[in-house]
Amino acid sequence: MEIYVFDDTFEGFLTLIFDWYNRKPGSITVSSAKHYHPQAFSQTYFIVTDPEKAMRVATGLRKRLSKEAWRAVYCTFLSERLEAYEHLFGFAVYVFSDVSQAESNYGNEHVLFVHQMARKVEREKHHLEAFVRFQQTQDGMYYAPIEPKYNVLPLIAGHFRGRYADQSWVIYDHVRKYGLYYDLQRLQLITLDFQRSHNFDTPARISEDHHEEMYQLLWKDYFKSANIPARRNLKLHVRNLPRRFWKYLTEKQVLD
Amino acid sequence: MNFNRASEKLQILADAAKYDVSCASSGGNRKNTNKGLGDSKANGICHSFTEDGRCVSLLKILLTNHCIYDCAFCVSRKSNDIQRAAFTVEEVVELTINFYRRNYIEGLFLSSGIFKNADYTMERLLRIVKKLRLEERFNGYIHLKTIPGASEELIQEAGLYADRMSINLEMPTEAGLKTVAPEKSHEDVKKPLHFVNQHIQAYNSDRKLILSTPKFVPAGQSTQMVVGATPESDLEIMATADQFYKAYNLKRVYYSGYVPIRQDSLLPSIGTPPPMIRENRLYQTDWLMRFYGFRVNEILDDTHPNLDPEIDPKLSWALRNLHLFPIDINTADYQLILRVPGIGVGSAKKIVAARQFGKLRTYQLQNLGIAYNRAKYFVRCADSPFASKDWQASQIRHFILSSSQNKRQSPQQLTLF
Repeated sequence: MEIYVFDDTFEGFLTLIFDWYNRKPGSITVSSAKHYHPQAFSQTYFIVTDPEKAMRVATGLRKRLSKEAWRAVYCTFLSERLEAYEHLFGFAVYVFSDVSQAESNYGNEHVLFVHQMARKVEREKHHLEAFVRFQQTQDGMYYAPIEPKYNVLPLIAGHFRGRYADQSWVIYDHVRKYGLYYDLQRLQLITLDFQRSHNFDTPARISEDHHEEMYQLLWKDYFKSANIPARRNLKLHVRNLPRRFWKYLTEKQVLD
Repeated sequence: MNFNRASEKLQILADAAKYDVSCASSGGNRKNTNKGLGDSKANGICHSFTEDGRCVSLLKILLTNHCIYDCAFCVSRKSNDIQRAAFTVEEVVELTINFYRRNYIEGLFLSSGIFKNADYTMERLLRIVKKLRLEERFNGYIHLKTIPGASEELIQEAGLYADRMSINLEMPTEAGLKTVAPEKSHEDVKKPLHFVNQHIQAYNSDRKLILSTPKFVPAGQSTQMVVGATPESDLEIMATADQFYKAYNLKRVYYSGYVPIRQDSLLPSIGTPPPMIRENRLYQTDWLMRFYGFRVNEILDDTHPNLDPEIDPKLSWALRNLHLFPIDINTADYQLILRVPGIGVGSAKKIVAARQFGKLRTYQLQNLGIAYNRAKYFVRCADSPFASKDWQASQIRHFILSSSQNKRQSPQQLTLF
């Protein structure tokens, strides 16, 4: 069985689908460059990402899918899981087989997987919209480091642009080493060189003029006062506020 | 802003506001069209969770905890010997804006003790929301407490800037309220609820004709009842909720388990744990009414005036109505599938969509993410054996309880040793 390897991009993945129909190799194994390990007994075919092929596949899928299902495809892709790529491929082939209403056949394993994976990614997106914490830096910009489980930065961009239109901000994904920068006009992708800055977590020092520390303390005060000790339920607390987010949550930074 | 003073006030006035349950930031739709700060979307966002597991979505504070009233259940009552404080208009605005900019909150929940009189207090609240909306161009969510007794002009103007307004019923019945707060009555709550509801309806019908009609309380009204302070039954509580949902088009009714805060012969004694399970069952009943098409008297009636703490109200209803089950998952109406214990709105919709592609079998049903361990006693799939076992309600109850309790009890038993 041939291994089809694409370059980790969504366009690359769509090109893979195009090439599969073009070459008709029968059943294949799907992999991305990041997940790929050469195997002795299978041949490998490396996809050359082609925007035109990708667009044709995207158009074909969108024609056969609702807006929600197309978004589910994109979200599933952003999970960056190897099995997600496999199922997405299966899903695409099923959709192109022209079954009507293919996307709502939850009895089909690929359809169900895409639906469920997309939900996980959407939940992560929602978590990020909630748990991003900005700190104001010396140059007046608001900065937030994140480490999401899935690659949700593209999904949350619109949310933060709509919300913080009158302040410049950066949200930086420390796992995937890229971020979003809004400069009051445009939103752009950036990569920062952290080697040169003093603190790994902030590009510039926290602002003293803007009372950043004061607002962090006030927020911690508030967080403590809002708690009702008689109803203490740490299990529920941790379920709602998963530990992996605590690192960057202002209110979970214990005072010295 | 003086940091030390603000910090002190925040601790006092957040502490006093925390017994108000509502923290929803949903239902609003205020777009950031003025290049200002913030927007509110229909689905709210919980930005944090306290150690008691409740969500923090709004900066929930009192403008002041000075109060002319003396309600037995309230921390801020006149006769209580506590520290008093009051925010200035500027302090509330600055806190809200700066917390919002750091993505700590979705907006502001502003309530207040009543100082001097109702209008004086309402006027202050109004100044805060106007400053936020007009000067700071703030489009985040604002939940404003209506001060009972405030004049209608002030309430109406506040409605143009707030997303949600609410007044608490406090106790589920008039009689209950009279015992702990003789100065208050349900009538005082009904009047402004009615007034605001009338305006919401009027603005909505105007908007159908004139698009530029301003928004008036776009996220609707809500109220809250304290549960377990006075001796009302669950039936009385839910009947009141039902009546208020219908009469005033409420978006939500909240049920707040009473946390004893002082020794009072009228109220449960200090140290009595808040009735958390009961509170949970009431919310489940509320959901069954709002999203599952149940009527109150299907779940609660004179022979069953209280909810079963051990099992959820839907299961409880199903066990009393076993003659309706099992239903065939491949042919039953959506409304009936919705009534199966263990199947929620999302799963019911998926079942109806998926069965058009062929009859659903047991494993497919399990994969859909329903609580199959509960649902299995009430449904039949394509591959269910023709004659399923005829269990008694008490047997099913026992099976379900023992399978869920095993999971719940094991960690507790470890602590014994």
